[in-house]
Amino acid sequence: MGLRDWALRKSPWILHFNTGSCNGCDIELVATLTPRYDIERFGMYMRGSPRHADILLVTGPVTRQVKDRVVRIYNQMPAPKSVVAIGSCCMSGGVFSNCGKGPCYNVYAGLDQLIPVHAYIPGCPPKPEAIIDGVAKLLEGRKAKEVTTDAARTK
Amino acid sequence: MSSYERLFDIPIGPQHPALKEPVLLNLKVDGEHVVEVAVDISYNHRGMEKAAEYRTYVQNLYLIERVCGICNIAHTLSFSTALEGLHGKPAPERARVLRVIAEELERIQSHLLWLGVAAHDIGFDTLFMYVWLDREISLDLMEEFAGNRITSSYISIGGVKRDMTPEIADKMRKGMDKLEGRMAYYRRAISEERTVLKRTQGVGLLSASDVVSLSAVGPLARASGVDVDVRADDPYAAHELVPMKVVTSGGCDTFSRIMVRIDEVVESIDAIRFCLDHLPSGPILQRLPRRVPAGDFLSRVEAPRGELAHFVRSDGSDKPYRYKIKTPTFSNIPSLVKMLKSSGRYVVNIADVPVILASIDPCFSCTARLERIR
Repeated sequence: MGLRDWALRKSPWILHFNTGSCNGCDIELVATLTPRYDIERFGMYMRGSPRHADILLVTGPVTRQVKDRVVRIYNQMPAPKSVVAIGSCCMSGGVFSNCGKGPCYNVYAGLDQLIPVHAYIPGCPPKPEAIIDGVAKLLEGRKAKEVTTDAARTK
Repeated sequence: MSSYERLFDIPIGPQHPALKEPVLLNLKVDGEHVVEVAVDISYNHRGMEKAAEYRTYVQNLYLIERVCGICNIAHTLSFSTALEGLHGKPAPERARVLRVIAEELERIQSHLLWLGVAAHDIGFDTLFMYVWLDREISLDLMEEFAGNRITSSYISIGGVKRDMTPEIADKMRKGMDKLEGRMAYYRRAISEERTVLKRTQGVGLLSASDVVSLSAVGPLARASGVDVDVRADDPYAAHELVPMKVVTSGGCDTFSRIMVRIDEVVESIDAIRFCLDHLPSGPILQRLPRRVPAGDFLSRVEAPRGELAHFVRSDGSDKPYRYKIKTPTFSNIPSLVKMLKSSGRYVVNIADVPVILASIDPCFSCTARLERIR
């Protein structure tokens, strides 16, 4: 495990972007920062700029108006980067995924149609424990991937 | 005003460290002073009203709840009041008192949430952490009482879904005592804390005449001395039974908005205690037919942010013909634009913009009703 991988796993900086959420997931995400849940104990730190962030946390159904912005924010993030879709709306459109024929006229059914998503956290809204668990699993996944690449490198 | 002759454009949003939701504030600044502002609130437009026309009323209950995650009980309450009005059968009395408890509990958590966010925006993160820790008391009670922390689907068409048990009532009384002590502490601490006073007093001035002419609602109007409150003016649910005082303050600035919200939390605590002591017996839910009689109905509810109006037009089928939502933040946007503009001796610095934006307690997810297509 190199220094870079260690830093990425032990101190991931996160960026929150709301793509049209009802605020339910957002307030649960903010609650994870506060004393009862306190994600800073995992080294996670909320940043304001995409250029500082390692993990993008997206909440809410992706509206047409905000689509270009979320893609631009994803492109501005430095590699290696991960995206977490929080809540049913962001995963699949949720209640907005079915309005007669297909999703609502202004909503994309799922963030993964636009940018690659590495972890999904279901729930409407997911509890803070679920959000912490999801991000922790994402970091575990990173570790597993790094182990395999390390093994490949030693061969 | 400064001696700069060129005006600069500063766009804030849709993604910005000072914002919690996607919104675009296009500021024109002269040096440090904001002289012109254009607000674009369309980033959250999801087509909610159109989506409501495709679903039955029972399905719509879950859609309307997701208009806003913070004030979802106010939205479902307004929706079910409208449908019960069309049926001509109000909910049973016990259900109406339970609705008041749920609504006031939501107001407590929403105002505490706002207090934390406002503290964060003035750069006082210690207060943010303290307030959000105390907010967990109200969320725990909400989970115990209604079934979930945030979107609880507590209110149903014709009543409520869960009954109050003596154990939960006991826990709620204890929680209210604890919260009341904390609110007294915050009231004292904030009115003496120099950091808060310097960042909020005289910031975001809105006179009482402006409140009336720009039709501001909610704590924003009450902090300028205008006593508009749907709970007192046009009682719904069981508010005609619950004694309440409309909290006002004449300060007209962000500081008096903080004080009004803290006092409203105390009022809500008293209202919940009164409801727990005077809970009538009887059924909590009445069954209503799936088809709603033809007609129009407008229901008004005092959401944590102000007056919330839902309009439903029914054509006699099991789906609404037209559904319209008017949210308090939408009514407060003209006041926000007025507060963000420097005029005469009233100057707005760029650093004050997040504080003024936070002072109206914006919830843009409720608000976006149309979008401009480029």
